[in-house]
Amino acid sequence: MQLTNRAKKTDKSELSLFERSYLPSLATGLGITIKHFFQAKPTIEYPEQKRYLGPVFRGHHILKRDEEGRERCTACGLCAVACPAEAISMVAQERVKGEEHLYREEKYAAVYEINMLRCIFCGLCEEACPKQAVYLRHDMFVPVFTDRSDVIYGKDQLVEDMTHRYKRDAWTKKDAMKLWK
Amino acid sequence: MEDIKPVMFKVTVDGVEVEVAPGTTIIQAARKIGPEVAPPAMCYYEPLKGSGGKCRACLVKVVAGSAKDPRPMPKLVASCITPVQDGMIVENFTSPQVVEARKGVVEFLLLNHPLDCPVCDQAGECHLQDFAFENGTSTTRYEEERRTFEKEDIGPYVQLHMTRCVLCYRCVYTADQITDGRVHGVMGRGDHAEISTYIGRAIDNDFSGNVIDVCPVGALTDKTYRFKNRVWFSKPVDAHCDCDKCCGNVQLWYRGDEVIRVTARKNEWGEVTAFICNTCRFEKKKTSDWVIEGPTKVNRASVISANKYGSNLIKKPDFALKLAESQFKNIDDSRPYVNDMSEIKQSEDYKVLKQINDSYFKK
Repeated sequence: MQLTNRAKKTDKSELSLFERSYLPSLATGLGITIKHFFQAKPTIEYPEQKRYLGPVFRGHHILKRDEEGRERCTACGLCAVACPAEAISMVAQERVKGEEHLYREEKYAAVYEINMLRCIFCGLCEEACPKQAVYLRHDMFVPVFTDRSDVIYGKDQLVEDMTHRYKRDAWTKKDAMKLWK
Repeated sequence: MEDIKPVMFKVTVDGVEVEVAPGTTIIQAARKIGPEVAPPAMCYYEPLKGSGGKCRACLVKVVAGSAKDPRPMPKLVASCITPVQDGMIVENFTSPQVVEARKGVVEFLLLNHPLDCPVCDQAGECHLQDFAFENGTSTTRYEEERRTFEKEDIGPYVQLHMTRCVLCYRCVYTADQITDGRVHGVMGRGDHAEISTYIGRAIDNDFSGNVIDVCPVGALTDKTYRFKNRVWFSKPVDAHCDCDKCCGNVQLWYRGDEVIRVTARKNEWGEVTAFICNTCRFEKKKTSDWVIEGPTKVNRASVISANKYGSNLIKKPDFALKLAESQFKNIDDSRPYVNDMSEIKQSEDYKVLKQINDSYFKK
């Protein structure tokens, strides 16, 4: 029974004497090999050279600050409960007087830790965050580590540096849809 | 003396009939049937006398007033304060009018309620969250400034966030009925109404901590638990102790080995039936103070059960298994198994196959 027309009939006819000598096949194969000597090389020299991974790549986590430099995270725990790998943990603290320029809301994360060995970079934390605080950078990898003690990333590695702010073309799915329509 | 048989009223809620004693309210009758027909309640609290009739969350439609007078009631009625009559027919979730009205109630309750669930300690066990999630819409139409209040300190144990209050009056009834002296009440009217204590008098009654448990939202929260942990990361455990002031039956909320919060036990309607004293609630935060009874049974749908219980403890819906069982058929594999190639080549099936695929064979 034939379901589609994609099946190709194999030629099972007897080979001629010239074909049986394998010389024409050899010449064809060598031709392909030599052709590639003169073509542009698609290989890049990773890690010296890095390729742009596109605007939707999910890399290194970042805890965003707002325009005034205050931390957006309020330690609501939604990222931790959404995390399928249980990589995120946090300890909340109440903001005291005089810290209004550091934290946006009356509660903040005193400790915010991501275990990069556990993280599977699925981006569910980004999706769960109600305060637009946690994002996965499209332009930065989590670097290779050689020691287990380097694996748990604290706030010192995660919070955004105001001098090198992380920028994106679109911060929400809605914006992205508008951009890439 | 004549033996009087107690009269029982027959009530139908969402098509389910139940017999209740006279004087029962509609919500109590519905709760007797079960949670699938029981209307939600924000202000009504069964153990507190006089509560109810404020939030309008429990509005239902009465399509037949009674057997004697089967006319429908002209408007939706609050089921928590309307007593049943014999032959009454009530529509709750089956009436589109009620469902629509409840959406409006959610919108009204959320008018002045700040959307600070990420900060609020009640998030995860908040009745307003549940109510809005189950009965409301997912968007808001409100654009104006929300009502705010001056922050007020009402003592070392209880934190008051007036902005989150939905004015259900439950805490006021608790303070009135459970405690002896009245120190806690509602000041002002209408939009300005606010829960407060008399100036300079902090609530120091032995049972004042119970206002935390009765509060359906995060307006009254535990100061000793403030921002310690999210509800769904702590593990509830039933425990008891010998207390000369209260019953001593509590729930301990654990983070690791540390008791971070003590609350009274709630029944399936989220109501506390046995109030606990402040000593049990705020002072006894060591495991050695308590006799552990075992983990609290948490509804699988609740966020409190998230990431906490092993797969062996989770009861999965048995629908799929039942369906598979009912559809199961044994495979009929009684046909003979032929091993002899020459016998196969003579069979009709083989001839047909060969004919179809003839072009693939070597000529």
